Amino acid sequence: MNATPAPVDPPGTAATDPAADGRPILGVSGLRKYFRLRGGSGGVGPAYVQAVDDISFTVATGETLGVVGESGCGKSTTARLLMRLIEPDDGEILLDGRDVGGRDGMSLRALRRNVQMVFQDSYSSLNPRHTMAEEVSFGLTAQGVKRAEARRRANEVLEFVGLEPAIFADRYPHELSGGQRQRVNVARALALNPRLLLLDEAVSSLDKSVEAQVLNLLIEIKERLGLTYVFISHDLNVVRFIADRVLVMYLGKVVEIGPVDRVYGSPGHPYTRALIASRLSMDPRRRIEAPPVAGDLPSPINPPSGCRFRTRCPIAEPVCGSREPVLDRFGAEPAHLAACHALVPGSGHGQAPDRDGGTVPENEGSRP
Amino acid sequence: MLWYVLRRLAYVLPILLGVSIVCFSLLHLAPGDPLTAVMPEFASDQVIEQIKRSYGFDKPVPVQYLLWLFNVLSGDLGLSQVANRPVLDEIVPAMVNTFQLAAFGIGLSLLGGIGLGLLAGYTRRLVTDRAITTTAIIGVSVPHYWVGLVLIAILAVTLGLLPAMGKAPPSGGFGLNDIRHMILPGVTLALIPTGIIARSVRATVIDVRKQEFVQTLQANGLPPRRTFLHVIKNASPTVLAIIGIQLGHLVGGSILVETVFAWPGTGYLLNNAIAYRDIPVLQGTILVLATFFVMLNFLVDLAQPFLDPRMTRQ
Amino acid sequence: MSTPATYAGEAPARIVEPHKRIQRTYWQAARRRLLHDPVSMGCLGILFLIITAAMLAPWITPHDPYTSSIVNRLKPVLSPGFVLGTDELGRDMLTRLIYGGRISLLMGLLPIFIATLAGSILGIVAGYFGGKTNMVIMRVADIFFAFPSVLLAVGLAGALGAGVVNVLISLSLVFIPPITRVAEAATTQIRAQDFVEAARATGASAPRIIVGHVLTNVASPILTYASSLIGLSIVLASGLSFLGLGISPPLADWGLMLNTLRQSIFLAPVNAVWPGAMILIASVCFNLLSDGLRTAMDVKP
Repeated sequence: MNATPAPVDPPGTAATDPAADGRPILGVSGLRKYFRLRGGSGGVGPAYVQAVDDISFTVATGETLGVVGESGCGKSTTARLLMRLIEPDDGEILLDGRDVGGRDGMSLRALRRNVQMVFQDSYSSLNPRHTMAEEVSFGLTAQGVKRAEARRRANEVLEFVGLEPAIFADRYPHELSGGQRQRVNVARALALNPRLLLLDEAVSSLDKSVEAQVLNLLIEIKERLGLTYVFISHDLNVVRFIADRVLVMYLGKVVEIGPVDRVYGSPGHPYTRALIASRLSMDPRRRIEAPPVAGDLPSPINPPSGCRFRTRCPIAEPVCGSREPVLDRFGAEPAHLAACHALVPGSGHGQAPDRDGGTVPENEGSRP
Repeated sequence: MLWYVLRRLAYVLPILLGVSIVCFSLLHLAPGDPLTAVMPEFASDQVIEQIKRSYGFDKPVPVQYLLWLFNVLSGDLGLSQVANRPVLDEIVPAMVNTFQLAAFGIGLSLLGGIGLGLLAGYTRRLVTDRAITTTAIIGVSVPHYWVGLVLIAILAVTLGLLPAMGKAPPSGGFGLNDIRHMILPGVTLALIPTGIIARSVRATVIDVRKQEFVQTLQANGLPPRRTFLHVIKNASPTVLAIIGIQLGHLVGGSILVETVFAWPGTGYLLNNAIAYRDIPVLQGTILVLATFFVMLNFLVDLAQPFLDPRMTRQ
Repeated sequence: MSTPATYAGEAPARIVEPHKRIQRTYWQAARRRLLHDPVSMGCLGILFLIITAAMLAPWITPHDPYTSSIVNRLKPVLSPGFVLGTDELGRDMLTRLIYGGRISLLMGLLPIFIATLAGSILGIVAGYFGGKTNMVIMRVADIFFAFPSVLLAVGLAGALGAGVVNVLISLSLVFIPPITRVAEAATTQIRAQDFVEAARATGASAPRIIVGHVLTNVASPILTYASSLIGLSIVLASGLSFLGLGISPPLADWGLMLNTLRQSIFLAPVNAVWPGAMILIASVCFNLLSDGLRTAMDVKP
């Protein structure tokens, strides 16, 4: 497969040259989505699920941002918001610094040419009545490409993801294995020549051996096409393997973000610590026995006040219930941020580090 | 429980309102001037004035609807064009006759359906099974007005066993002659619900007998007839729901069978209303029957939790 | 093949098509299964016979359907010249049954066709867009659903007045709500699948997704359900005709024939049975065929 001369055009040729590493391809600020519940919660007024609540981050061109968190923390909602499959209630999504959907911003169509998504469930994400070629070329024809051309392109992309078109193009999903289906999912996303790929639990439903194959394929694709990835997963090992930076979500909030080695090596937030401690270790002597995070995920309908993690946090103190911690730098690494009172000098938390300067106590917790 | 009743009621009331709108619009669907459609043929000037006022034909349609609804709720369904008397006076005796026949039909179908269903469920032989399934398909395909004619041709005309048509003349009480007149239309009406009840009873019997506790009891030597109580308990909610719906269909669909047997019920009334284009009677009868159908289903819904405790938990 | 004789000492490369396999689409597979079901094929045969006969009626019927004759009234079955006897006006029963099939079948099939079209559109729109659109469409469907079907058909046709078109309208209205419900349920289910999200993510418009993704998946549940209603529709259409709401005499129609023969039931009970038997046969065949169709389509593709 490596012998094939890259059949996919280098992406991004049409847009302004974003090749310069480090420039953000995607900027998200203040993104918020509450889902209204039917019937209400018995209280007064309608109830809302605070699926994504005021999150901000950037993705640099060419990097892989891993997004981790328990199921129900808002990872998938975030991906769907970025893709504009659901409309955000508030916040801004900038692609190449341009607002999406705004008056003089980028059109939805253009967004979907530049950003594509790979879904988790390889079965329900393929139409059982479509052949693979039909499935992959559907988006192209939707974007106005002629049928024959779309078909040619579909074969090209299928080959690119390692599926021989002569064999697979006319097959139906039920004739494929899980790994093959997931390759088709990747092919469908690549067909539109995107620059940014959102991978929503893209390998989670696969067997371990197949997962490794698909992961390697994803890495290879990224290198050959110069893509940027947002890689959503609940599997911390996989994220560590593939990501450059990690974003940790808890109940619709970002609790920590930073370079992979920093976050895994010296996590700042107690939730991140617990998550990392809960990873299955290859070393039997290091396997943990006690559950790392006690209790269930609280309801996102009425999330705890202040810090949302405090109900399960081993170091929670009164201050955590009264004020919400802000995502802020806490160590030597400027790109490593966490949202925890215990990291902020003078926050009122018992474990907070000593303050070096003589700042006024009233300012504590606020951004410097 | 009260919450459940209120929730069901909140669902039923808009439906009833919708049903009334559909019935109201029947008058406006009819070709020609709605005024002439509701006016009795030989109405006196006074009656004409009164009708004009009560229908409010000079006012916009929504107002007309509200006026009509108000009249309906106070028991005024308009005047029959043919009989020149209140529609309600026509409907009430017809309803009584229809109910009599429908109750008889449902009774027959209960007996037949439960009997056949138990038989099929307990024998569970392939032949019985096949026979029941085939009968079910043919049963729902049958034009029952035709079955009525065939029954008349065989039992009444050829063999002369039973009276072919009509209701027994009033004799002061309810006697053998009344029943003899009800047998043919009753059997005809009972056909479809019998098949449906039989099918569901059979399914329940098989279901109950497959349950582990029953199999354990049987393995311990419990004779099959002892599972009977469980079958009845499990089947009753479904059968009740079927009876509710089928009774509605019997009453609502009685028009064809009543026409065949010249049974003086609502169906016969409807048939005459159609023949003489007596729109107020048509409208009134359909409104009453549809309301009855909706309320019947509502009551069945309310009764369900008493028979099936699982349904109260939601 | 005219291979040039340049045999260079090695075997010519045999071109083998890789992975030659039987490629069957879902519909091909369903059709194959249906063709192998004896009951369905038998019903199809009978229906084919009835429909062909009805279409070719003027050329194959032994008598004129409208010429009446007082002397030939109510002849019994197997009378000379009249295989199935005659009706109350002395017209040949077989001829009129064949002619009657034209209107009876049309009146049974057309409302289902119209209702399938309208119900699918309403149901798919309700299911795909959800929210308020769904609520409005489904609440209205619920209202029509609250009427027993016979009552609704009789009420509408009765108010509209007798006539073929009015019966068609009423029956279509009777069948739209149930088909809408089925279409809505199927669409809601498909709408939740990731491949619809994926299609939206490619920038495809709602109509394009509905045609390309939703329709292919909801077509089979809708069609099987709609086909199961044909029998009922034939029975209902003939029933309305029986009440005098359909076509008017002397035209032939099974329901109307049953109605006019009803008066003669005391004189010739057997003759009065035939039109109803035709209704029964057509309705049973359609129902059994629909059952076979459901079994044939009820497989994972």
